Amino acid sequence: MENQAPRLKVIKAGGISVVELLDKKMLDEACIAQIGEELAGMIAEADSIGLVMDFANVEHMSSSALGMLITVHKRIQEKNGQLLLCGIRPSIFEVFKITRLDEIFQIYSGRDEAVAAAAPQGRQYWL
Amino acid sequence: MIQKSIPTDLEVARRLTEEILGQARAAGYDEDACFAIRLSLEEALINAIKHGNKFDRSRKVSVSADVGADLTTITVIDEGDGFDPSSVPDPTADENLEKPFGRGIMLMRAYMDEVGYNDRGNKVRMVKHRCSGLPTSVGQSTVHSSGAEPESPCGPSGKTEPARHFRHGPGRQ
Repeated sequence: MENQAPRLKVIKAGGISVVELLDKKMLDEACIAQIGEELAGMIAEADSIGLVMDFANVEHMSSSALGMLITVHKRIQEKNGQLLLCGIRPSIFEVFKITRLDEIFQIYSGRDEAVAAAAPQGRQYWL
Repeated sequence: MIQKSIPTDLEVARRLTEEILGQARAAGYDEDACFAIRLSLEEALINAIKHGNKFDRSRKVSVSADVGADLTTITVIDEGDGFDPSSVPDPTADENLEKPFGRGIMLMRAYMDEVGYNDRGNKVRMVKHRCSGLPTSVGQSTVHSSGAEPESPCGPSGKTEPARHFRHGPGRQ
């Protein structure tokens, strides 16, 4: 792919990987595929993973982005890990509600809440 | 009125989306209405390019957009074989919830006031009323308000319709 601008900022802390989505618009198929591939790489490298995805920058997203999230969620589940979403603005959260994906994903308002929920006492991830 | 025949190219489609959204903003459509139009138009164009024309750059996508004072009508036509929108599964059914595809048409139906297909299924016509807002009451304007809301041509709430429900299973994404 020619255009490989960074789309994710990854912070690892306390055994948790926090992924900040940098794009305002998650609409472009190639960009969504790029994000999916980067996350798949992170998941593949870990024995288990606690992943928090922060949507604070995201203003628009397409159904393709929802599909990518479902695929990431499944991969993480296969490794007995956890995917948590946070920072989702109301207009985007409505998309999750309409599609009933708010019932599939663990969604928290803030990053700190999501990180705390991803790292309950006694649970460890191997990055 | 915008009427264009564009190549099967997502980047060209994106520029056309921006052009149509620019007209909507200039006509006074609020953030919620523009969000709904953008989401639905993106889904319709991706369907036309990916599923209709199958990324075949020799094929065209015809788009017309009439942004009026009260409503916007958008038509997207691809050169594919078409499909039957009533024959595809409901992505909100329990058995389909974790499938990573099949939500595009459902979102178009949720965010636009009218969505209809021709018999062949290669042409979609969508209508958005300026004041119909977002599908439920959880719109941006109701969450980020701090103090008095600006006067809206759509009334205090900016909403004139109740939540709409998905009635037919979506075909494409």
